[in-house]
Amino acid sequence: MDLKLGHYNKDGIEVVDVEGEIDVYTAPRLRELLIDLVNKNNYQLVVNMEKVEFLDSTGLGVLVGGLKRVRAHDGSLDLVCTQERILKIFRITGLTKVFGIHDTVDLAIAARKSEK
Amino acid sequence: MATVEVAFTPLPAHVRTARLVATAVARRSGVEEALLDEVRLAVGEACSRAVEAHRRHCPAEPIRIEMSDLGEQFEVIVRDSVPSPRANGAGNGTAADNGTAFPAGFGLAVIRGLADDVRISATGSGVSVRMTWPADQGQGQGVQGVSGGGAP
Repeated sequence: MDLKLGHYNKDGIEVVDVEGEIDVYTAPRLRELLIDLVNKNNYQLVVNMEKVEFLDSTGLGVLVGGLKRVRAHDGSLDLVCTQERILKIFRITGLTKVFGIHDTVDLAIAARKSEK
Repeated sequence: MATVEVAFTPLPAHVRTARLVATAVARRSGVEEALLDEVRLAVGEACSRAVEAHRRHCPAEPIRIEMSDLGEQFEVIVRDSVPSPRANGAGNGTAADNGTAFPAGFGLAVIRGLADDVRISATGSGVSVRMTWPADQGQGQGVQGVSGGGAP
């Protein structure tokens, strides 16, 4: 399955919906979207990965790149993911300590709000 | 002779095809379902690394994959044609080179975390990444001697 991307604002946080496979072929589109959002002054991001079917190191690199960009503006990039097959690659690479990973978009937003 | 051989032009779009083929052959070779995601991800990582290296150094050359049912093991070998000193995907590439936040060798680190056994050989003719997973001979569906080479 190809990659489908969408985004919307909720409670001042930009939520990015990702569906499909994030790999060496599709990851550039996600990278462009994250860069575009940051360039438009969106520094609080939640990436909803509940419908992601595949994620490789290229995709991880794009997410880390997005995190670096928002942190340069004192922002945040949290993830929503409950799929074990996707969580496993975050664990293997130690990135569970880098990203806030939440069960739902609402929980991710609530966690971010509570830290303000 | 490998159970299945695939050669593909070094385009990112073909990496998905390689993943799908590897997963299908692994399943037929008796790799348990719980490990198929690891096969899919590791083969994808190896192919992505090879694609990046080929696109930089030899975009006309195909990348080759051999998938073999060895009875109690399922083996995948991904071979590129970039001689090792130039194969920056094998470990000396930079994040800026590959457009991500990670150095190019990161994919190989992921592979080491996924496959049962990983051997990386760098020679004057290219780099090969050999990965194996346990397979249950009784569960396999007996694919043998199928060969489908040639770049698309």
